[in-house]
Amino acid sequence: MGLRLNLVIGGVLCVLIIAAAVLAPWLAHYNPIMDADLMNAELPPDGQFWFGTDSQGRDVFSRILYGAQVSLTVGIGSQLINTIIGLIFGISAGYFGGWWDDLVSGLTNLMLSIPSLIFALAIMAVLGPGLPSLLIALGLTNWSWTCRIARSSTLSLKSQGYVQAAKTLGYGDARIMATQILPNMIGPVLVIATLGMGDAILSEAALSYLGLGIRPPQPSWGNMLTDARELIVIAPWAAIFPGVAIFLTVLGLNLFGDGLRDWLDPHMRTRRA
Amino acid sequence: MSEALLDVKDLRIDIVAGGTSHNAVENVSFAIGRGETFGLVGESGCGKSITALAMIGLLKPPLITSGGSIRFKGQNLLELSAREMRKLRGNRIAMIFQEPMTALNPLSPVGRQIAEMFVLHQGATWHEAEKKAVEALASVQVPAPDQRVKNYPHQMSGGMRQRVMIAIALACNPDLLIADEPTTALDVTVQAEILKLMQELCDARGTAVLMISHDLGVIAKMCRRVGIMYAGHMAEERPVSDVFRTPAHPYTKGLLSSLPRLGSRGSHGRKRLQEIEGVVPSIADFPAGCRFEPRCDRASAICVKQKPVEVDLGNDGFVRCFHHE
Repeated sequence: MGLRLNLVIGGVLCVLIIAAAVLAPWLAHYNPIMDADLMNAELPPDGQFWFGTDSQGRDVFSRILYGAQVSLTVGIGSQLINTIIGLIFGISAGYFGGWWDDLVSGLTNLMLSIPSLIFALAIMAVLGPGLPSLLIALGLTNWSWTCRIARSSTLSLKSQGYVQAAKTLGYGDARIMATQILPNMIGPVLVIATLGMGDAILSEAALSYLGLGIRPPQPSWGNMLTDARELIVIAPWAAIFPGVAIFLTVLGLNLFGDGLRDWLDPHMRTRRA
Repeated sequence: MSEALLDVKDLRIDIVAGGTSHNAVENVSFAIGRGETFGLVGESGCGKSITALAMIGLLKPPLITSGGSIRFKGQNLLELSAREMRKLRGNRIAMIFQEPMTALNPLSPVGRQIAEMFVLHQGATWHEAEKKAVEALASVQVPAPDQRVKNYPHQMSGGMRQRVMIAIALACNPDLLIADEPTTALDVTVQAEILKLMQELCDARGTAVLMISHDLGVIAKMCRRVGIMYAGHMAEERPVSDVFRTPAHPYTKGLLSSLPRLGSRGSHGRKRLQEIEGVVPSIADFPAGCRFEPRCDRASAICVKQKPVEVDLGNDGFVRCFHHE
């Protein structure tokens, strides 16, 4: 196995995307919203406009950099909400069992049986477009896997000696869950969270493409695709570059998540050694 | 022993599952005075560990305490609320386990795990608690305690980890320490060190110890009084020296004669080690009379029909047998 290729490639891609988002104000040559100039509309990529311009003459490169901010905010923010919800439900269900476990497991299965994008679509329709509603819609619809992993990890962890010992030392239930159980399942939960970020970015693009995500003229990779749809024949660069950005980000996050899982799995580690 | 620290009277533990109920522990009584070390001996499955768990209120269904009383400083533990019981656990009554390998949280430095006790039970700040943790680690004779507090459990040997467990258990100066086979998982030289350490610390602090073991050698070394359990009954409860000199219950006698002794030889050279015939009955079909009756060479008609009662042997001891010696 040697070098962990997926972790390295994924990590590099993620770092590049994060750098692009953070450094957007300095890297972008143009303002992504204000610098519209119909005289420059639909220009192919050249030395001045690296990724060409869109139908309103805005620089696609600059808009992609600012779009990365939206994608990462949505990816990280919604996954944070998902992970917290999943952990609270999953750990408490596994720890207490009984009717609470039945209820949570039922709810998890229900969530898994509804396509999460359709669910998010319904929430967006109620809340209206915008970043906060995106975070809520995507943050409430994708916690089932985290919840399942947290529940099953808790079931095995609670029979561990140190959890039993903590009980005899007078630890309360909340303290046991926070100090003995949670830290010992952080590996798999982290992997799920990373993989989920890629899903959230795709969902954001899909929702923005449908006009329910980020409201134009603020750029997001999804609504850039919507704008470019009509130009796909005369100005394909306006669609290709946001598409490539989405592809590379999701690829990077998935490779990183996979690499993390391999790296955290002790069996894989022994195989390497 | 006028005012015992822990006074267990007629403790009864049942296994209740799916409408049927089996008795696991019955009529177990013993008392531990302040600072005294009491041994509880018996083979696997005789009920010594669940007796200990009952004492800290951690019996989980299907096991329930269905009778008797456990008085700790005059207070019946079986009547305390879950909240009151939790305040006692780790604080006034602490427990250490057989497996030092698994009893520590692998992701937390040992110093933090000790410090947590001060935060939890004494309301100390983390800063104070970390300092006290270094002292606690020093008291269990871990070298370079100010460095060792930062170690994770996997960086320590089994003996070191058991010392850490003792430091955690004794952190709040409990009145009673329950040690459930504390040295079984350790090798013999480390075992001796740990036992010596426990004895010294508990003597210095006046902590009473309930030592649970199946190793009579350990009990003989550590305890003044001992209770011998068989199949959920207390067979015999007496001072250790009396038990070793004149075992009254046939089970105790069998247990002692099954101990290998160095240099013990019969008239024809090597002597076969004595064993107790038969096996412990399953919990579902305990005999109606004396529970040792099927394996006992002194059994008679009365043993099959009636449960033996406690017979006072004087010198603060009793035996539960119709045909005791």
